[in-house]
Amino acid sequence: MTTEAGSETEVKEKAEESAAQPDQSEKASEETKEVANAEGEEKEKEKEKEGKEGKGISRYLPTWLKKQKSQSQTSPTKEAPPTEEPVAKVTQEEEGPAPEVNGQAEEVEEKEEVKSEQVKEKEAESHSNTSADTEPAKEEKVDESTEKSPEETKKEATEGEGAEEEKKKEQEGEKEAKEGGGEEGQTSIFQSPLRLVRKNKMKLVVCHVTLLDGTDFSCEVEKRAKGQFLFFKVCEHLNLLEKDYFGLTYMDSHEEKCWLDPTKEIKRQIRSNNWQFAFNVKFYPPDPSLLTEDITRYLLCLQLREDVASGRLPCSFVTHALLGSYTLQAEFGDHEPDQPRPLDYIGQATFAPNQNKEMEEKILELHKSHRGMTPAQADAQFLENAKKLSMYGVDLHHAKDSEGVDIMLGVCANGLLVYKDRLRINRFAWPKILKISYKRNNFYIKIRPGETEQFESTVGFKLQNHRSAKRLWKVCVENHSFFRLNAPEPPTKARFLTLGSKFRYSGRTQAQTRLASSLIDRPAPNFERTSSKRISRSLDGAPVISITEATAENGREPHLELQSDSKVKEADLSPGDADAVPSQSPGCSGLPQSPLRVHGDNIYVRHSNLMLEDHDKTQEEVLKHQASISQLKRSFMEAPPPSPPQPNQWEKRLTSSPATSIRIQQQQVSLEEEIASVLFSRHSAAGFYSADETDCSVPEATLDAVICSASATVCSSSSSPQKLLISSTISAAEVVEPQTEAAPADNTISDTKEPAKTTEVEIEETVVVQEVSRVAKPGVVTVTAGLPAAEQETRKQEVRVVEEEVMLKEEVKPTKQESVSSESESEEEAEYHPNMPIAQIPEEKEEEEEQEEMKKKEEVEEDVSVPDAPSIPAEEETNRAEDDVKKIETEESTDDPMVTPDEAPNGVLPPEEGLAAPTLEKEEPKVNGEASLVEAEPRPQVICCSEPPVVKTEMVTISDTFAAQKTEIATKEVPIVHTETKTITYEAAQLDGNGDGEPGVLMTAQTITSESLCTTTTTHITKTLKGGLSETRIEKRIVITGDCDIDHDQALAQAIKEAKEQHPDMSVTRVVVHKETELADEED
Amino acid sequence: MAGLMAGFGHYTHAVVRGIPSSLAKEALRSCQAEVDVAKARREHDAYVEVLRTRLGLEVVELPADESLPDCVFVEDAAVVCGDTALITRPGAESRRRETEAMKGALKDLNLNIVEMTDENATLDGGDVLFTGREFFVGLSKRTNQRGAEILADAFKDYAVSTVPVLEGLHLKTFCSMGGPGLIVIGSSEPAQKTLKIMQQMSDHRYDKLTVPDDLAANCVYMNLPNKGHVLMHCTPEQYPESVKVFEKLKDHMLIPVSNLEKVKVDGGLTCCSMLINKKANN
Repeated sequence: MTTEAGSETEVKEKAEESAAQPDQSEKASEETKEVANAEGEEKEKEKEKEGKEGKGISRYLPTWLKKQKSQSQTSPTKEAPPTEEPVAKVTQEEEGPAPEVNGQAEEVEEKEEVKSEQVKEKEAESHSNTSADTEPAKEEKVDESTEKSPEETKKEATEGEGAEEEKKKEQEGEKEAKEGGGEEGQTSIFQSPLRLVRKNKMKLVVCHVTLLDGTDFSCEVEKRAKGQFLFFKVCEHLNLLEKDYFGLTYMDSHEEKCWLDPTKEIKRQIRSNNWQFAFNVKFYPPDPSLLTEDITRYLLCLQLREDVASGRLPCSFVTHALLGSYTLQAEFGDHEPDQPRPLDYIGQATFAPNQNKEMEEKILELHKSHRGMTPAQADAQFLENAKKLSMYGVDLHHAKDSEGVDIMLGVCANGLLVYKDRLRINRFAWPKILKISYKRNNFYIKIRPGETEQFESTVGFKLQNHRSAKRLWKVCVENHSFFRLNAPEPPTKARFLTLGSKFRYSGRTQAQTRLASSLIDRPAPNFERTSSKRISRSLDGAPVISITEATAENGREPHLELQSDSKVKEADLSPGDADAVPSQSPGCSGLPQSPLRVHGDNIYVRHSNLMLEDHDKTQEEVLKHQASISQLKRSFMEAPPPSPPQPNQWEKRLTSSPATSIRIQQQQVSLEEEIASVLFSRHSAAGFYSADETDCSVPEATLDAVICSASATVCSSSSSPQKLLISSTISAAEVVEPQTEAAPADNTISDTKEPAKTTEVEIEETVVVQEVSRVAKPGVVTVTAGLPAAEQETRKQEVRVVEEEVMLKEEVKPTKQESVSSESESEEEAEYHPNMPIAQIPEEKEEEEEQEEMKKKEEVEEDVSVPDAPSIPAEEETNRAEDDVKKIETEESTDDPMVTPDEAPNGVLPPEEGLAAPTLEKEEPKVNGEASLVEAEPRPQVICCSEPPVVKTEMVTISDTFAAQKTEIATKEVPIVHTETKTITYEAAQLDGNGDGEPGVLMTAQTITSESLCTTTTTHITKTLKGGLSETRIEKRIVITGDCDIDHDQALAQAIKEAKEQHPDMSVTRVVVHKETELADEED
Repeated sequence: MAGLMAGFGHYTHAVVRGIPSSLAKEALRSCQAEVDVAKARREHDAYVEVLRTRLGLEVVELPADESLPDCVFVEDAAVVCGDTALITRPGAESRRRETEAMKGALKDLNLNIVEMTDENATLDGGDVLFTGREFFVGLSKRTNQRGAEILADAFKDYAVSTVPVLEGLHLKTFCSMGGPGLIVIGSSEPAQKTLKIMQQMSDHRYDKLTVPDDLAANCVYMNLPNKGHVLMHCTPEQYPESVKVFEKLKDHMLIPVSNLEKVKVDGGLTCCSMLINKKANN
């Protein structure tokens, strides 16, 4: 890993590094960060060390603080520190200014969950707040700090050693003695090939892994180690080669079992300082006899014994007895009448949840019949029987069907099973499933139509919460990949314009692991079959196996790639990609860049389709959905005491009122409680919670060309046969004179952002705030900043700093410097297309035949298809945003002192938009006048009719869990909705401004959603930077749903009027009326 | 040592029951038809004779009960798999007491008896298709979800899937097992639909043998020592076209059995016996 200061795509660490000093080794800087973590209560000790080294605390503090901040952001859970004292102390010591800091920090902390974490981290947290608040004060020191930074870094490194040692001491008291010389020894543990070679200075933690035989395995890992590392250590310990069937689990903060993601740092997944894991079978091989090694079978046996004993794998009395007898044979060998051992043992051991004397006798009886069987044979027999059990390898998840009936969803090698009580009521084989997605707590599968069916159907299930939905989704993705694919799906991070999780299975597939194990060439390893101690204590219920949410953080290298990827795309991706669903859909990525207007219209048409999918829901569902939205909204608004009035919220965000940060914080809080307004969390959250690194690039020129566009969409109710959708776009542009810039400012900025490293927001998604500042050329600075909602305050400060800096700078040439690294994984939704062009294990018989053609179909349809969530999908919004962006050709330039980069501090940008931004163009000043025209009655200069103006679409949704049973009914009563879609676009006269091709930089984007009874208003604010101008577009969409007839014209006029009132300084540039008419139901 | 799910079609015992005179008038039926009891008895005797002498099963013959006109159809009274017997709760009120004698007989055979006590549950054995790997339970006029759940509880090793019975009295009225992994199915649309659902619901693959007549699809498969695959099926007199299909099964010992009378009261070949394998699990 080399650091190049001028490179456009930078990982945060590098950015820091380069900012700090070029000649320091990366190790040092990383260490520094680690050190930061270790800081805190040991400060005193450190001080002593400091003293030794002749370095005063005050000297290193500024940098240190910043480091601290970044560290704190990576800490998974934030706590209300019982250690307020030290915090305060530190604050006072370091920063005279900012008396309010403490208070604020406390406030934040109060809202944070209290968990058992190290005090240090708590402190780090508070430090971060502190530092954030006082950032402005530090501004002046910037130059100084820049100069000093190499020195300081070194210092820190040294301190790091100290801190690290301290930490070790603390954690492993027994090692205290050998601190000095011991370090080498300790770290030498890690000289395994698995590790990156790093110097011996790292923070170690002890991981406890419960193995399948019930024993505990402890090992030390570097605190930042990835899951893989620990897993490999365990496998090494077990002498296991066929490891792909296994995985490590941990208990998350909700006491749910989660799979440790091998590609992500452990620390970020476990969310508490409980480094306790269990080694488990993750993929149950359908035919264990195909495993190569006995040791693998043995481990599988151990897992199954546990599963059987706990009741997770139900079986009959006879089977319990039979399996038990094989267990005895494997562990004790032949039955010896005079050897009481098995008899004693059997009494203590648990073979079944309801074991009784009768069963034990039966077990013994059967055991006798196994005479002569070797342990390996007994294991094999055990597996031969266990694998036939109907629940073998089925991972169950609680859910409800569309009617609210409790069901269980079972994921297994063959597909998805639906159970009601013990009965299987449906089954979806993998080849039958076209798409798996989740949104919030909904889980959807899109089913390939059967021979007689014409349409795909989508089946939806409700899970307890979004975590469950996501967990289920991930399990599905992994199981499908493992069992059905020849090779894992390539990482999706390269995909453009996707919301939602990028999670994919990262390991080897079964096909690969079989191949690999066929190459195993070693003598059968000796291993001891311990009498399964754990069996007697194994009743831990039927844990739902879950998987960690995938934080998009894939480690450094991938991250790098990602950045460059997005970069590239920025340049040459067509807007059609906005529609791309996360899976690979060559069909859509290839969309030609058609003439803007037409293109836009097409997209709108597509939107209409999307919306139809929304309306596919039964009315009840829609109502339920709305009810839940209102509830969300309520809690959203009520959650924090100083709740701002909702209606003006988005307006307020436009102004840099101090309320903003508070409000955002509130949102954050409410989100933490998993109450969030739907679209908000979808969109902005895509950046906030999900995205590891969402970046806003804030170029130094504070160009504030603002384009606001509001689009109002009016739509009549889904139940009524008529739908009307009107969207109006209002946009205004303001241009602020670019200011001269001073080169040194770069450093400042970089310093500023350094602290904002990574954060994990409690919501459970890892949020990495990444701010990268680059000195691309002298005089050009780009700050990319993505802020997690959790840190609004911090955030705000930073932004402001940036802003100040920016004011000093020259006009920017934005073309090159943006480093928009965005990786967003939405907590709320994700999709996965199981049937991809990727080499798939051939499916037998008919299923396969269908597959080919369906694949094609799917590809085509992907443009249109979006998960049928009840609410308007984020993608849609996104698409539209981008679309609009493309179309705006006029722009008004005005001075708007109000609009500054920090106005939308929560500005998050879904990567899509960031990338979409480049196409923004300036607007003509005269737009305003025209807007009024539009307002009165849409009399646009440009009218674009989607062609064909009337699109008939047919959508089918069957969200019936009991599809199998009701197939008959379903085919007869498929709710085919015939709709007529009409889209008319009114556009203000537009000028072809500066070259269209010139890319802009998306600075911020946010979405606010408010809803009333039958109206959904979605406001999407995007700030883009382009050619020294920043543009803010406000796009407002109103969907009116109602049973009564709607006066469309009036609704449109009203929407425009409101938009004008709210943003008098902006102009309407576009009005899109989208009308959906539901034709009479032609179904029989 | 027979493991789990081994030996599909292995039977040692058969429980049958006599035909009461009341069958002619009182037995439930879906279409009105005159039943000649004497003829029916002759048919039934022939059927039992095949089991006993030709196939060598140990036949337990329960006496007919005049108060239970349908009692000859012993299949509905219980579901036996392995050494567990689930005593059902027949969907027809008039048939509930049929289980008493059956329970006694199964107890005598040392089976583990599981009773369906839930008042809300109904289950006819005729709605239960055991394929050797899993159960399909037809939800019909006689069998409900709860009954299926109890069955699933009784046979935990196996997947129990429910399928709708769109037409006909029972699931097995139009289908049955013709061998391991071979489902004999009628060609009517409802039958084919049901088969599709079963295939969709199953992790296992089944071959199908489609016979032109739905009722002909009800046949009795056994896998007997020294005899191999045995299939008792309809006679050419009754369903000539379907018999031609059966005759394509070259590996099977085909035994046409007349069922002209009992079919009038919705009785199929499977209905008339309860087959049990006592060797496998003790």
